[in-house]
Amino acid sequence: MSVFIIRRLLQAGLVVVVMSFIVFSGVFMVGDPVEILVSDDADQEERERIIQSMGLDKPFIVQYGLFVAKALQGDLGESFVFNEPALLLILDRMPATMELAVVALLIAVVFGIPLGVWAGLRPDSLASKSIMTGSILGFSLPTFWVGIMMILLFAVYLGWLPSTGRGDVQVILGMPISVLSWDGFSHILMPAVNLALFKLSLVIRLARAGTREVMHQDYIKFDRAKGLSDARIILIHVLKNIMIPVVTVLGLEFGGLVAFSVVTETVFAWPGMGKLLIDSIGQLDRPVIVAYLMIIVFLFVFINLIVDILYSLLDPRVRLQDVKA
Amino acid sequence: MTVAQENLEIVPRGADDAAKFEGVQTPFRRFLSDFCESKLAVLGFVVIVAITLVAIFAPVLAPTDPYDLATVSVLDGRLGPGEAMMSGVTAHLGTDGAGRDMVSAMIYGLRISLGVGIGSGVIAMLIGISVGLFSAYAGGRIDSVLMRVVDIQLSFPAILVALILLVTLGKGVDKTIIALVFVQWAYYARTIRGTALVERRREYIESAVCLGLSERRIIFRHLLPNCIAPMIVVGTMQVAHAISLEATLSFLGLGMPQTEPSLGRLISNGFEYIMSGKYWISVYPGIALLVTIVSINLVGDRLRDVLNPRLQK
Amino acid sequence: MTSASAPTLEVRDLRTYFFTKGGVARAVDGVGFSVGRGKVLGLVGESGSGKTVTGFSILGLVDEPGRVVGGEILYHGENLVTASPDRMRALRGANIAMIFQDPMMTLNPVLRIDTQMIEAVQAHGRVSDDEARQRARDALGQVGIPSPDERLRSYPHQFSGGMRQRVAIAIALLNKPDLIVADEPTTALDVTIQGQILFEVQKLCEETGTALIWITHDLSVVAGLADEICVMYAGRVVEQGSVDAVLDRPMHPYTHGLIGSVPSRNRRGRPLSQIPGMTPSLLSLPEGCAFSARCPRVGEACGSVPDISVPEPGRELRCHYPLQETAS
Repeated sequence: MSVFIIRRLLQAGLVVVVMSFIVFSGVFMVGDPVEILVSDDADQEERERIIQSMGLDKPFIVQYGLFVAKALQGDLGESFVFNEPALLLILDRMPATMELAVVALLIAVVFGIPLGVWAGLRPDSLASKSIMTGSILGFSLPTFWVGIMMILLFAVYLGWLPSTGRGDVQVILGMPISVLSWDGFSHILMPAVNLALFKLSLVIRLARAGTREVMHQDYIKFDRAKGLSDARIILIHVLKNIMIPVVTVLGLEFGGLVAFSVVTETVFAWPGMGKLLIDSIGQLDRPVIVAYLMIIVFLFVFINLIVDILYSLLDPRVRLQDVKA
Repeated sequence: MTVAQENLEIVPRGADDAAKFEGVQTPFRRFLSDFCESKLAVLGFVVIVAITLVAIFAPVLAPTDPYDLATVSVLDGRLGPGEAMMSGVTAHLGTDGAGRDMVSAMIYGLRISLGVGIGSGVIAMLIGISVGLFSAYAGGRIDSVLMRVVDIQLSFPAILVALILLVTLGKGVDKTIIALVFVQWAYYARTIRGTALVERRREYIESAVCLGLSERRIIFRHLLPNCIAPMIVVGTMQVAHAISLEATLSFLGLGMPQTEPSLGRLISNGFEYIMSGKYWISVYPGIALLVTIVSINLVGDRLRDVLNPRLQK
Repeated sequence: MTSASAPTLEVRDLRTYFFTKGGVARAVDGVGFSVGRGKVLGLVGESGSGKTVTGFSILGLVDEPGRVVGGEILYHGENLVTASPDRMRALRGANIAMIFQDPMMTLNPVLRIDTQMIEAVQAHGRVSDDEARQRARDALGQVGIPSPDERLRSYPHQFSGGMRQRVAIAIALLNKPDLIVADEPTTALDVTIQGQILFEVQKLCEETGTALIWITHDLSVVAGLADEICVMYAGRVVEQGSVDAVLDRPMHPYTHGLIGSVPSRNRRGRPLSQIPGMTPSLLSLPEGCAFSARCPRVGEACGSVPDISVPEPGRELRCHYPLQETAS
């Protein structure tokens, strides 16, 4: 098990290094940051001074080296707009995004797995077909449009839910949380459902496909031959088997949720890091963009690692293969 | 033979027999009749054809030219559905903030959305097929390096990759297509490589090699045609995905410029007015977008069921 | 048939049909037999002859689109065909157990052995975890698995095929059923393992008085194990009787062909006889006797389904032109 984790850690480190290089060369080499940094009426001397202070006159590799050295110390540059460290700006907004993503993930799992399993158990029933058609709809609906429609219906016409912002937050262990108060909950409900829709469809499909496959296995028939109740067969034997692909995909998709919250946060003016990214793009605040990307890369690699480990815990066969390999 | 197989065994034999008695059944006919079993998919296909025709004949069908700055007037801005514009033309679905007739703007917007979606899909497919086939055929280190690149790219969400590309590239049809091609090619490359690797081990490729055919002939005349089915499925789904992604990017203020609004841009424009209850600017283009994407997905879903050899009876 | 006491299980005119898109497949079409306490019945036939479906019918485990459409399955006189799903669930695993063919597939790969054994005990009565575990341990010991405590904490993939089948048999034995339906349980195993398992199963039946239905296509297994034999072909029992009688003096041309196609030491060097043709599709069975198309003794009467005849006491036969004397 420890060999397994060490090997995965090494792989993860390599990906982070490679991605930092790509992000750096991508964002820093395209376009000229001096144009944005230096005001138009600055004279040549002023320009030279800034270029030198930022190390922009040095060769590419040296610049990259400096970037990495600083990044290792937790310095991802300073925002042009806020004059604050970019990292702090993002970390400040991260809890809001994380809460949104976690609530969305919970919605997807809590509703998706039962619906999917049900559709898988009775594939030819009308309800099952409706669920599946609904999931195609969930895949097809562009997130931002659904968000707008939700605002139109629930905020503008019905006036039930607020359309923007985060509402009251309670601070638990240093983390501001919305869902604990009614005001906060009413603010997070729409964005979370909006963000969850796509993943919900995905979970339904995975759970349905998994259920259909597992139900045809001999061991399910053997379970019935043992005289087990249907409830136990489905809740223990089927569920544990389908949890493997669901956990894997959901884990990987959590990063996708965080990334896609860019759209949801923009629609609902949710004060998270996705909205910060869009604002920074609008204001060409490069250090924040780079910092966001590096954090996302880090997040993704970290999530992949966790998923791999979880996967091996859920499926005993993977552990064995790894020991053999 | 497992228990399940013994039970199932009855079915395929019967299916074979049925095929024999029905006489000549070309693979295409069989595919067609399988496909048509799902009425929803047929409906989706009909809608796609209709939408494509509307997009192609946009200049003929649209009541006004939404790009003609001479006729578009801000004074017509935000008219409700059914009100008449200053030119006397009735705006059946209202006008947007700039005074463009929504019907016309949607028809042209559809044209751009479809064009960008299909255009980027086709280019990405060509690139993906080339890379995937090359990778599968070259094998060894080239293959593993290429697939590593594909894996890393696919591990990042398309929206993020496209966002960053457009930040550095700027706005415009060409740039949007480049960004969409960039996020899509890897799906095609991975799919075709996977299929090609399976097909390559089949006997008919071995026999082609034994016959001494040239590599080029083997790849393009023997290998490629057998990889078409999964490509069609991935292709349909990807076009729907690309259209949705383009709309999302336009909504975020990237992608298509304000002067050539795609459906996504139109929805985005209407978002400003949503709180004041001027729903039509966002709702109608959204419905057009939705119908387009759902239709393509319904067809794609059915194609996957029909073309998937593992599910075939 | 021969036992004086009431049989554990009696199947009468069982019909299980599969209603497929391509038509109705009569997987089991008028099968009847009985098996008494401590007896072993061998149910023999090729793939697709309906022997497995017969087994599933007894346990009420026939899946869609299949359905038991007629006949009676009398378990101690209680008709299982009309029994409620709850009643069937209560009987399954407790009174009637089944062992499946492929040991690699019968255990859930993601659950530990103890979970899968304890739940089988607790499905049939309130038994504490400790007691259930104790019974699981005993059952594993009974089928010859060394260090059962350690084995209980393992996952199925940590076992070899033979070990898994022993575990499956142990699970079948957990609640001391008086009827076990074993569906080719040794086919997927090595010959030496097969021998061990056969020996143990036979011993268990004798000791506990459990009735056993052993489904197989392997005549040599039946010869060594069973008391009675039923030969099935295309959903019907074509011949049945005591093992010695049927194997020594087969009367149905199909049984005769089947015996002839078993390789044996005595006939080395001589070509094996074989049955020409293939098992017919259940969707397009020939009119009359299903075997007629492959039968060397086919005659005019074979256009109609032969009735069951009783050529000698304790034997049943479905053939218009039976072999009178032994030919092999």
